[in-house]
Amino acid sequence: MSQSPENKKGQVETTGHVWDGDLREYNNPLPRWWLWGFYGTIIFAIVYWILYPAWPYAGTYTKGISTVSFQSPVIGPDGKPVKGADGQPKMETKTEHWNSRALFYQEMQTSPSALAQQEWLAKVKDMSFEQIAANPDTLNFARAMGHGLFGDYCAACHGTGGQGHLSKNPEGSYPNLADNAWIHGDSYEKIVSEITNGIQGNMPAFGALYKGEKLTDLAQYVLSLSHQPGVNEEAANRGKASFATCAGCHGANGQGNQAIGAPNLTDQAWAFVDVPGAKNYDDKLKLVEGVIEHGLQHQMPKFGDRLSPEQIRLLAVYVRQLGGT
Amino acid sequence: MSSVDLTEKESELYQAREPIHPKSIKGRFRTFKTSMLVLAYAVFFLLPWVRWERAVGPGQAVMFDIPSRRYYLFDLVIHPQDMFLLAGFLILAAWLLFFVTGLVGRAFCGYFCFQTLWTDVFMKIEYWVQGDRNKRMKLEKQGWDAEKIWKKGLTIFLWTLVAFWTGFTFTAYWADAPQLFVAFFTGTANSAAYITTGILTATTLVAAGFAREQVCIYMCPYARFQAVMFDKESLLVSYDVNRGEGSTGRKPLQKGLMTLEERHAAGTGDCIDCKLCVQVCPTGIDIRDGLQLACISCGLCIDACNEIMHKRGWPEGLIRYASEKELETGTKPSLFKFRTIGYGIATLLATGLLLYGIFNMKPVDFAVEQIRQPLFVVMSDGTVQNSYQLKINNKQQVPLELDLELKGLKNADVSIGGNFTTLSIPADGTRNYLLHVRAPREAGVSRQIIHFELKDKSGKLPVIQQQASFNFR
Repeated sequence: MSQSPENKKGQVETTGHVWDGDLREYNNPLPRWWLWGFYGTIIFAIVYWILYPAWPYAGTYTKGISTVSFQSPVIGPDGKPVKGADGQPKMETKTEHWNSRALFYQEMQTSPSALAQQEWLAKVKDMSFEQIAANPDTLNFARAMGHGLFGDYCAACHGTGGQGHLSKNPEGSYPNLADNAWIHGDSYEKIVSEITNGIQGNMPAFGALYKGEKLTDLAQYVLSLSHQPGVNEEAANRGKASFATCAGCHGANGQGNQAIGAPNLTDQAWAFVDVPGAKNYDDKLKLVEGVIEHGLQHQMPKFGDRLSPEQIRLLAVYVRQLGGT
Repeated sequence: MSSVDLTEKESELYQAREPIHPKSIKGRFRTFKTSMLVLAYAVFFLLPWVRWERAVGPGQAVMFDIPSRRYYLFDLVIHPQDMFLLAGFLILAAWLLFFVTGLVGRAFCGYFCFQTLWTDVFMKIEYWVQGDRNKRMKLEKQGWDAEKIWKKGLTIFLWTLVAFWTGFTFTAYWADAPQLFVAFFTGTANSAAYITTGILTATTLVAAGFAREQVCIYMCPYARFQAVMFDKESLLVSYDVNRGEGSTGRKPLQKGLMTLEERHAAGTGDCIDCKLCVQVCPTGIDIRDGLQLACISCGLCIDACNEIMHKRGWPEGLIRYASEKELETGTKPSLFKFRTIGYGIATLLATGLLLYGIFNMKPVDFAVEQIRQPLFVVMSDGTVQNSYQLKINNKQQVPLELDLELKGLKNADVSIGGNFTTLSIPADGTRNYLLHVRAPREAGVSRQIIHFELKDKSGKLPVIQQQASFNFR
């Protein structure tokens, strides 16, 4: 730097301009490569405009020549995805100009994590439920995958942790999946079929059959089955005779019937009726009377058309792990 | 139209870099620089090829494995949660730099900085192809004839080879070197490998071949802040002004000024103004102008001046490592001053803490997270269940079998999701387990503190304990 003759010690180059006789302007020039750096940014910008969407014009914008390709389901003339021979949606390669939405699709299909997930999916595809649950790694995969799916599809009703919801109005209640009371049974196959096909729960109304004291006696008996404190034993004994009507579904001893989804009335877990949350025994009695009088209708939608069979299998493993058995 | 004075020199807004053609020189500092260069190059270029036996992980002694999130340094495996060690290492490096700078100035710049090392090698290539300073300057002035094209072309070609191998070697630290070598040249390596190597080849070529001292002067932040850490007692490469200039200034050798006696009698300094110190300087400065930003303190001017002094039979050290105070008063600087002692202690402390951190890394991480949605569930038999997520990270190179025990809860029933009886963690791996704990309700108790204990089945590790809470209602 100081090899140039002008840069000798103690001398500073001036621009040569002089005002008022002695006012001079120092010249400390920038290194030239700095200028090249500036030109470099201009070239970068031009390359960017050519490659990527950049300039707005006439209600649209320049698209750039850079593209993103991803797999997209084929949509039929009816506006619905076309299914291939294997029952899975038919896919086609779609190419769009560079945009972050297409990049997101691409990433969900070809990123290292997406490929790793596909590898695990292939691994558990041919394993039985028991085999998946017996290996800590596949079990972890099923739980991790199931947790995401549960959050997306199930948590709205059953809660983020599967804890369900008990409401004062039994028809606004959703069963708890994190306990060990299984209304429809805890076999993996059963859980899969429920998620796939949905559930229609229906208890008929018995308000025409049991009224007044008879209704109260029956409710007393139902509460006595799970040994609720405050049961009037006398009334419960009177109601036992009426329970014959209920035994057809709930069993002779009220132990329930998983085949038709009739809950066990003798345990401490309540799927629809908010007995644990009632303030006092009279409230519990009123709740049970209400269910006997008006019946109980419940629906769970089917998810077979929204989730793939493999997703449902993993979801079943997750749900069964929630509360244990 | 007003007349324009066309004779006025138009000033330039931008300054072109003036090429510097340092003369090669022999001497103590050159030898030291060369040996540092050989050592640094040997370590940098050979390290990725050193193989290493490991139970789990790559067979490479030093590898920074980003996809599996492990840094392998011989037998030390750094996991992401040990990253604070890197912070510790950087703090240590910073303090060591401050310590050395306070003591002997910009020693890092002159002898160890990769910009200096690579520039040195590139200059050596220039020297082999184009000859020494005078020949290079002649070649520079020459028109673009066959000789110039051939010599400049060959220089840039050789530079590119070195730059490429530098870039490739750097990339080889992040992947298995032999595999990368094959994949790289068969066109099957990851695009990141090509991009990294490409960028490093380009930057090495530009920084060491063309930008050189511009990097030190305009780009490097160290250059700016190292200079402010000097004090009057820091040892710096300095020109002994009193001796060199005498009372009437420096003068070339001439009749009547040939010996020291004659010169001293005439009041002339010892500097014969041969300008060799300027010619050998890689940043093109004149050390006789005093301490300056562009000086990287490489000591080559000391070698140059000593050579001349030696030839004349005069005492060496007209340019030498000396403190400002020493040049002014002649007293030797004290090395044990507050600043150096402080930085010295800080450096030792940081080293100690870093070593302590490395040798006391936890072999196993154990975390218990209570599932809070729902906090508790009433089971069909009336007992209460709480669930916990266990995360166990085995950082050892051997698999781990653990027994789980729950302390502090009466009549508790513990079950591990999947009905496992023991927890088995693969070598250098992580596993999650879902845990269900059931216990009968206790009157009046809503929450209780419990402890999970992990016992190593082989008995090698101490018991690991984690606290959690159990909610009854």
